[in-house]
Amino acid sequence: MNPLPDHVHPAVASPSGFFRRYVFSTDHKVIGLQYYFLALAAVTIGIVLSLLMRVHLAWPQAHWPLVTGGTLRPEQYLALMTMHGTIMVFFVLTTAPLGAFGNYFLPIQIGAPDMAFPRINMLSFWFTLAAFLCMLAAFAVPGGAPISGWTAYPPLSGLGSVTGPGEGMGQTMWIVSIGIFCIASLLASINFITTTIEMRAPGMNLTRMPLTVWAWFVTAVMSLLSFGALLAALIMLVLDRSAGTSFFTPAGLVVNGELQSGYSGGWPLLWEHLFWFFGHPEVYIAILPGMGVTSHVISNFSRKPVFGYRAMAATLCAIGILGFLLWGHHMFVSGMNPYSSLAFSALTLSIGVPSAVKTFNWLGTMWGGKIQFDTPMLFSIGFVSFFVTGGLSGIFLAQPALDNLLHATYYVVAHFHLVMGVAAIFGIFSATYYWFPKMFGRMMDETLGKLHFWLTFVGAYCIFMPMHFMGIYGGIRRYADWTGATYLAALQPLHLFATIAALVTAAAQLIFFYNFVSSLTRGEKAAENPWRATTLEWSTASPPPVDNFAGAFPTVYRGPYEYSVPGAPQDFTPQHLPPELAGVSEGATHA
Amino acid sequence: MRGSAASALLLFIALTILVGLTIFLFATGFFAAPPPITPVGVRIDHQYNLTLYATGMAFVLAQLGLGWAVFRYRDRGQPARFTRGNAVLEIAWTIVTAVVFLGLGGLAARSWAQSRITKVPTDAIRVEVTEQQFVYNFRYPGPDGKFGRIDPELISAPTGNPLGIDPNDPAGLDDIVVSTLTVPVNHPIELLIRSQDVVHNFFVRELRLQQDAVPGMTVPLQFTPDRLGRYYIVCTQLCGMGHNQMHSFLDVVSDADYREFLTRAEAR
Amino acid sequence: MHESEVADRTGLTLGENGRGGRGGWFSGGGRDGNAGRSRTPERAYITGIVIALGAVAMFFAALVSAAVVRRGSPSGDWQPLRGASTVWPILALNTMVLLASSFTLSHSRLRARSGDDAGFRRWWIVTSALGAIFLAGQLFAWRQIVGAGLYLATNPSSSFFYLLTAAHGAHVAAGIVALLVIACRPARRMARRTAIEVTSVYWHAMGAIWIFLFLFLFFGGRS
Ligand code: HEA
Ligand code: HEA
Ligand code: CUA
Ligand SMILES: [Cu+2]
Repeated sequence: MNPLPDHVHPAVASPSGFFRRYVFSTDHKVIGLQYYFLALAAVTIGIVLSLLMRVHLAWPQAHWPLVTGGTLRPEQYLALMTMHGTIMVFFVLTTAPLGAFGNYFLPIQIGAPDMAFPRINMLSFWFTLAAFLCMLAAFAVPGGAPISGWTAYPPLSGLGSVTGPGEGMGQTMWIVSIGIFCIASLLASINFITTTIEMRAPGMNLTRMPLTVWAWFVTAVMSLLSFGALLAALIMLVLDRSAGTSFFTPAGLVVNGELQSGYSGGWPLLWEHLFWFFGHPEVYIAILPGMGVTSHVISNFSRKPVFGYRAMAATLCAIGILGFLLWGHHMFVSGMNPYSSLAFSALTLSIGVPSAVKTFNWLGTMWGGKIQFDTPMLFSIGFVSFFVTGGLSGIFLAQPALDNLLHATYYVVAHFHLVMGVAAIFGIFSATYYWFPKMFGRMMDETLGKLHFWLTFVGAYCIFMPMHFMGIYGGIRRYADWTGATYLAALQPLHLFATIAALVTAAAQLIFFYNFVSSLTRGEKAAENPWRATTLEWSTASPPPVDNFAGAFPTVYRGPYEYSVPGAPQDFTPQHLPPELAGVSEGATHA
Repeated sequence: MRGSAASALLLFIALTILVGLTIFLFATGFFAAPPPITPVGVRIDHQYNLTLYATGMAFVLAQLGLGWAVFRYRDRGQPARFTRGNAVLEIAWTIVTAVVFLGLGGLAARSWAQSRITKVPTDAIRVEVTEQQFVYNFRYPGPDGKFGRIDPELISAPTGNPLGIDPNDPAGLDDIVVSTLTVPVNHPIELLIRSQDVVHNFFVRELRLQQDAVPGMTVPLQFTPDRLGRYYIVCTQLCGMGHNQMHSFLDVVSDADYREFLTRAEAR
Repeated sequence: MHESEVADRTGLTLGENGRGGRGGWFSGGGRDGNAGRSRTPERAYITGIVIALGAVAMFFAALVSAAVVRRGSPSGDWQPLRGASTVWPILALNTMVLLASSFTLSHSRLRARSGDDAGFRRWWIVTSALGAIFLAGQLFAWRQIVGAGLYLATNPSSSFFYLLTAAHGAHVAAGIVALLVIACRPARRMARRTAIEVTSVYWHAMGAIWIFLFLFLFFGGRS
């Protein structure tokens, strides 16, 4: 045990003052937590909105307290739906996996003291918060929240309140909010990418980066390249709404009996192309970090190296690249050239290949392992299961011929909730249970964790599996109720079932919240490395000091998943142990 | 250890139930779509079934594989088998999935081409579909076989000109505008789909076809129904408050009934 | 296990390969634990600006491809910016000005490198001035085009004209602010050298984007 070398400052003074420390902090860990709590607030609102929707769908005639007229009007339902989708996609699934966990753990996992640009990092968070408040304010403006869905297709979203309540001020708030969000995401991704390139510890070469880091890196590249396109589209939409341009708004529209004059022949499909050029990468932005976490956790709790580490990193990159080439699969029946559908279909099906490889490699990692079923592992196993189920329905949707039947039905709703609303959320849960000890220095309760897992796992399948059948039968999404076409009435029992499942599942989240809050103060004290893991975040205190390593910055000697290495004295060999201490030789690179 | 056995067993059971129930529901045709009424629809169903078998197999193998892996390799004190991967295996499964996926895509391309890319028979009956918040209007060209000119300035539903047909264009005088779609059986139909305000959609599940109605564009859609009956046309593209109430009917009738429909409509 | 982890912390001077391996950021000392600036290697700022320019490029790429798509849209309402023939000479002139500013900027940077602070400052301010002239010229071009009766909403071609020039102008304006801020910095500041490099990269990129936009507008908007 040598004493610390002279030039290392063992500890760094924390910034003084409550505000500098916890509010306007530039410490990536504090910012990560801020993102986390923002996402937690957002998801709570998102779940409440989804429950209101579900209750309305099951009992369309139900009388609601506080609602004028007693029953929920269609436009109110559509406003709930739009805000539910928007809040979940942007403020939960873009902020929690990347903004929260990426911020907190990317620098630590590569052995850096902070992000490359701490003040830009702080700015990203505050922009995100501003965007969120702006989005919530849409509920309060005259006309209420927008009703055009999270995809905001013009001309519905481009003409103002003639097309419906909520399309006036509410839609404007939505556009402004998402615009701010774009800027926040662009700033954040610049930071993530630069940090990964420039701030790695000595020895942390690319093939030694944890797969979480790979995933955050690819995710950041994707958001860097996609949010700019959305921002451009939003600017054009605003100009159509307020300055009379006709980017998206065709000539001669008659809405509600009123001729919309002044437009010269804009093209709604142009918005669809721009939106989905962003929107498709966005859904992978939502799930890639979850894939990283799953790889990381499965390896840790199977006590085995990740099966095919290089393939895992390569498939992340492949998904990142392919993700930009197949936006048109959302537009098979939009009136786009039918030949381009074929190209988009082929590309979409190709993205199934790296996804399948990941699935097989997760199974390969568990195969022959020594699996421990702590809560993080359960959620990662759940992730794999939901990803397979949801991903396979994507294979149907990817064929334009079948999209003829399935587009805009609950089949699509089932597909994206399974991959995004459950799998990606399971990624967040897995990460929460896994890193809680590191973030807060205490363990979460295992029993409550397992209970939470089981209720959510079974509950989520019960909510979303029936929706496949609704969709195949012809149940249309974004319908406030199914009283229009009589054949839809047959599906009411499935709605009822899904609603009950949703209520139970949402209630189960209370267990999570309780566990979270009570573990903050009453959880068992966590050691530095409670999961006997190998990566750098486990080499420092829980929670880590301000500069992450108390001045003693690590050097990296080996890959990230050295579990059960033959000949090693214990079944994990941390990345930072010098060979003479690790008992195994340095460097073993990956197959 | 740490409670391995119970969790592992539960996961195995849960995943097996998931697989079993899913197979059962699909096999019993739980809420299957009603049978198709066009040859193209039959092909699309065929492709659907093929995809169901392929992905179903993958689903069963992956979920049961997962259940088995967690059960078999739960921590019972055994050492983990150290391996970093297996290049041969990885290349093999990459190739197999690529072949399965792209093969499906290739087959599906043919049914898509049949539904969207084939030439319209010259004797096809053309009907213009105009959608607006929240109704459908169908326009038949009348005896002269020509649609009259349309001018948005003239649109006025209260005065009985919901499409804005120009009264000064002789081709438009005999145009028939109705609110449900009537077509003869076994005859090729070509729809010309338009919208007056926002994006809507034309979907008949028995046709296995849906197509967005985009303002500013006229999108063709063809089919040849081979079964009599009345079918729902619904709008699947979010178009505002009345989206869920926006529907109409497709009536597939015999030739005689179709002629009668036309004469009655022209008389009006 | 815990001992060994502590022990490892002694290993930090054993650094080896790897791009992140240059240990600049942990030999700096005197960190205040908050700013974190002194820990970020100076080169990261260059990397950062290059990456940020990737996002800027995507933003403009989206606008330009939207213009291409919009031009081919089925309504066929795109009209060339014909009435605006007087605007092209002005834009060409502006292009020259912006190009010149790239040269003066390079020159200024060379001065700074050779330690000639006064020379640096002179050319640096000339660059900012040329940037301002460019913006003024763009405004003048707008006036010309307004004079020709082409407003934002007149035709998609004019909409894109205003949109592209405004978006680019905003980026140039931000660049001018950065130039001026740096011009005011004392030469001793180590960070200034990095700031000079970062701003230069950005400024040259704005020149390149403008040349692309100019060619696009000229060939795509005119005909
Ligand atoms: C996290 C989010 C996420 C993810 C990962 C995916 C993944 C995929 N998605 Fe999904 N998708 C969405 C989110 C997501 N999607 C959303 C939000 C929408 C709707 C947006 C809206 O309209 O509001 C949507 C809609 C959507 C559509 C448009 C439907 C429509 O509107 O008509 C299509 C069509 O192609 C599609 C396809 C796919 C495919 C092929 C994948 C693939 O990547 C899946 C790959 C995975 C697997 C294939 C499973 C694992 C593989 C195996 C176990 C291998 C073995 C298999 C075999 C050999 C067969 N998605
Ligand atoms: C991440 C995305 C996400 C999530 C989690 C959810 C969660 C849920 N969604 Fe939603 N949904 C969307 C994204 C999501 N949804 C989108 C994009 C749309 C489309 C909108 C549109 O058409 O424009 C949509 C639409 C949509 C519809 C269709 C509406 C329609 O077309 O008419 C329905 C109907 O039942 C529905 C239901 C539900 C239910 C019951 C839940 C849940 O409540 C299920 C139970 C909840 C959980 C399992 C999550 C618990 C998670 C946590 C507690 C997270 C913890 C977080 C941190 C730690 C930070 N959603
Ligand atoms: Cu028209 Cu929905
Ligand atoms: Cu997609």
